[in-house]
Amino acid sequence: MIDKYKWWEKLGLYAGILVFLTFILAPFAEAIMVSLRPLDSVFRAPYRFYTPDMTFDAYIEMWTSVPQLPRYIFNSFFMSCAVTLLALICIIPAAYSVSRFEYRFRNGILTTFLAINMIGAAVLIVPLYKLMLTLGLLNTYWAMIIPGAAFSVPTGIFLMRSYFLRIPKELEEAAFVDGASRMYTLWRVILPVAAPGIVVVSITVFITAYAQQFLFALTFNSIDDYHPLAMGLYQFFGREQVVYNQLMAASLVGILPVLLLYIFLQRYIVAGLTAGAVKE
Amino acid sequence: MTRRFDSFPYLLLLPAFLLTLTIVAWPLFETFRLSLTNASLRPGEEYVGFENYIEIFEDDFFEVIQRTFVWMFFGVALKLIVGTIGAVLLNAALPGRNLFRILIMPPWIVPIAIGVFMWSWMYNGQFGMISGVAQKIGMLSGPFEFLAHKNSAFFATIVTDVWVGTPLVALYLLAAMQSIPKELHEAAWVDGASRFYRFRRITLPLLAPSIFTMGLLSAIWTFNSFDIIWILTEGGPRGATTTMIIDTYKTAISRFRFGEGSARAVMILLCLTAFSAVNLMLMARAGRKAGAK
Repeated sequence: MIDKYKWWEKLGLYAGILVFLTFILAPFAEAIMVSLRPLDSVFRAPYRFYTPDMTFDAYIEMWTSVPQLPRYIFNSFFMSCAVTLLALICIIPAAYSVSRFEYRFRNGILTTFLAINMIGAAVLIVPLYKLMLTLGLLNTYWAMIIPGAAFSVPTGIFLMRSYFLRIPKELEEAAFVDGASRMYTLWRVILPVAAPGIVVVSITVFITAYAQQFLFALTFNSIDDYHPLAMGLYQFFGREQVVYNQLMAASLVGILPVLLLYIFLQRYIVAGLTAGAVKE
Repeated sequence: MTRRFDSFPYLLLLPAFLLTLTIVAWPLFETFRLSLTNASLRPGEEYVGFENYIEIFEDDFFEVIQRTFVWMFFGVALKLIVGTIGAVLLNAALPGRNLFRILIMPPWIVPIAIGVFMWSWMYNGQFGMISGVAQKIGMLSGPFEFLAHKNSAFFATIVTDVWVGTPLVALYLLAAMQSIPKELHEAAWVDGASRFYRFRRITLPLLAPSIFTMGLLSAIWTFNSFDIIWILTEGGPRGATTTMIIDTYKTAISRFRFGEGSARAVMILLCLTAFSAVNLMLMARAGRKAGAK
């Protein structure tokens, strides 16, 4: 029928998908191969994708060359969770406010958040650095958590708002009639109904925060104990002679938790990332 | 009923407002103020007027601006082209497509820096995959260090940027494609329209607004992109990959010239303001169009 392909169409599509996936996955495949080689085999020309001397040595040695690896992995997760929590505290009430109430400046506020969305953190790095210095937050977790949360609030508000707008107003009106306060209504009536939206927003904020910790860590933190994964490995990467097989092994082990998380939560992640593409 | 001032909606905005005020609004204001001073790591700063601005334009700043826009143009164009092709491929009703959809996302999920470590090894001239494969198929006659030459480093950073950004573009456009009513395709199919004709006459026109939205978002992200270039080349070789963001960071943070760095940041903000203006204008136009229907 309409979705039926001729054999050469199928062949073409699969060939296209193969090329596309090769582009996307080649760095990962190469990282795996490098991580499985002894170092002298890593630095050997001519290039070969597969060499017979594969070993898991790098995965054992890396724990001594990067002793803080578990700590970095933990830091990355911890900070992303903290960013998500702080961002949610700001996003949920704000999104509820702009989606449910009519007041002056509401559209102005929404436009402002939209405009803020365009400013990358790197642009404001000087005053942020001075701010962290003044507040005494340099070299603490806070210096990486607070800006991370602030820059994810605008997107979060828009995403959360689209979920609140779908909840019928009658629900709150019924609660008011029953004598519930507005705070109680938000907490006990609206939030449970909006739970799927909150999950999507949380995961979107988490993934964004997780992927973008590098700049804040590079600029605001010099204490090894607080470094996220990316920054921890960057120090290792910056050495005179980069021990590539261990760097790749550590990178792969480091990203494994988030990749597993992605596989399980895929549906929500996709929902968050593609919101706006689908017209309601 | 008398209308009286209701503070509840404002109270709900308070946490978001406070956070944005401290971390975005105030620094924004500070950037402008600092750009008129000679602030550095040392305490105390003096008002110097437009000296910083005059100074940056005595440098090769026009070159930096031009380079930033070329970098952004190639990055965004390639992301849109590769992303659209990817979305079309993943939209085909083939066995295995759910798996393919899962497999395209890792570049977006993993920390950008980690993906870039992997690319930096791929670009290695002696032992890396790209140089190795190119030599094998005869495109290169000997080892080639992609990150050591001006032009190749410039395009290498673009390719990595495209790699990071494409999954999201593909996924977004795929979702938009799936929201196109199936009836349209079926009607055209009944009339005997070929697959390519349907793509050109149905899919593409209906997809255009989404491609456009994604293009604008991509442009902003690409413009603000820092990690990729910093880790691959730190703006080198000889400044070939120094975009406005990298340039600002180097001046302000690496050399602690806060004043001059802020002046450079103000130039970025001017560009971003132009983007926002275009974006808001187009959104307003789209809103009016939708309202007129």
